[in-house]
Amino acid sequence: MSSSVARALTATVRAAAHGPHAECTCPARPTVLADRDDGTVVRDGATVAKAHAPDTDRTELAARLAVAAHPALAGVLLAPLDLPAAELDGRQVTFWPHGTPVDADAPQEAPWEEAAALLARLHATPVEALPGSLPAMRGPHKAALAVARMRRTGPPEQVAAVVERAWSALPPWARAESTAPGPARLCHGDLHLGQLVRHPAPHGPWLLIDVDDLGLGDPAWDLARPAAWFAAGLLAPEEWLRFIGSYAAAAGPAVPLDADPWPVLDVPARALTVQTAALAVAKATAARRELDEVELALLDACDRMASVPPQLPAEAAK
Amino acid sequence: MQCPKCRAPMQTYNRNGVQIEQCNGCRGIFLDYGELEALTRLESQWAQQVPPAAPPAAPAPAPAPQAYPAPQQPAWGAPHPGHGHHGHYRQKSFGRMLFSS
Repeated sequence: MSSSVARALTATVRAAAHGPHAECTCPARPTVLADRDDGTVVRDGATVAKAHAPDTDRTELAARLAVAAHPALAGVLLAPLDLPAAELDGRQVTFWPHGTPVDADAPQEAPWEEAAALLARLHATPVEALPGSLPAMRGPHKAALAVARMRRTGPPEQVAAVVERAWSALPPWARAESTAPGPARLCHGDLHLGQLVRHPAPHGPWLLIDVDDLGLGDPAWDLARPAAWFAAGLLAPEEWLRFIGSYAAAAGPAVPLDADPWPVLDVPARALTVQTAALAVAKATAARRELDEVELALLDACDRMASVPPQLPAEAAK
Repeated sequence: MQCPKCRAPMQTYNRNGVQIEQCNGCRGIFLDYGELEALTRLESQWAQQVPPAAPPAAPAPAPAPQAYPAPQQPAWGAPHPGHGHHGHYRQKSFGRMLFSS
């Protein structure tokens, strides 16, 4: 079942891939890859079209697209296709080449090393080399949105209190109430395993996709989702070590060399734990179901945070 | 050195690279600055190396988790592997979480 946006986007991607009047000879029909409030994605053969969220800022998206298309990010970010900008019901549409994603049925084969190396290169990009004025990375904003969404669903008071306590202990910058301290670097802003594709498909090198949250900020944020999964006891220590070890080996600038990375990871990992827990509570409340074991592990992590104040990274660590 | 409690002489032992002094009289133990933390770290590493509920007579052992040093984690981190959640991709919920914002 696809939304009207997805159906309209299917026609748009057909036209973009084949020209408005061409007879399509593709063996496969267009596929809806994602259909959510924050983005609808449809693939037709080698072409992928994305209808961005209705409230997407035009100038900011243009700046983000320019970064993805910039030669400095070749081999790090998937570059957009050079097709004229399109619009659909007031939603901006961008076009991308198709890449092969991480197999969602085989997460044990996730390219943790490659993801970390890509982030290290992204973070090391000299900001002066980038075109235009870059917006802020939207990570903290998304954490705030998740907490707001949880509140709107009216969750059980005791559950909400655990999340709220962990949220209120965070420094203002991590709640999107001020800018992050420390030097701002180019960040992805929403790293997870769905943000990697092999291009050219199916055996090309791994690249990062989805620039909607990309911008300047604390690069530790991009490491913080795996860090949060690890701290919640969900991600195995071996996998966490493969990820953080590869990032350090690639001289990623978010963490100090040869030292404990947690002083810089602590606040972002707390924020991502709160964000993930808040979304889990929102979804469970809306579906009128109990939290499952994995969601409870995140809530437990929020609960444990309350007794330990956030770490303040030493200036030298940055 | 002399025991601060009973004044008997103390003997130095080496426990996994950590020097500890034990009193020959009252058996009390003296730890230098940082040694308690070092022992705690060792303990958690050791705990991590114990496979959770390994079958008693597995014919071919899986690749040794000892190959990895124990990673550092925040004070609020989950006890690894005590909780037994982690690495469980078979849990659909975590599988989905790995791929979503």
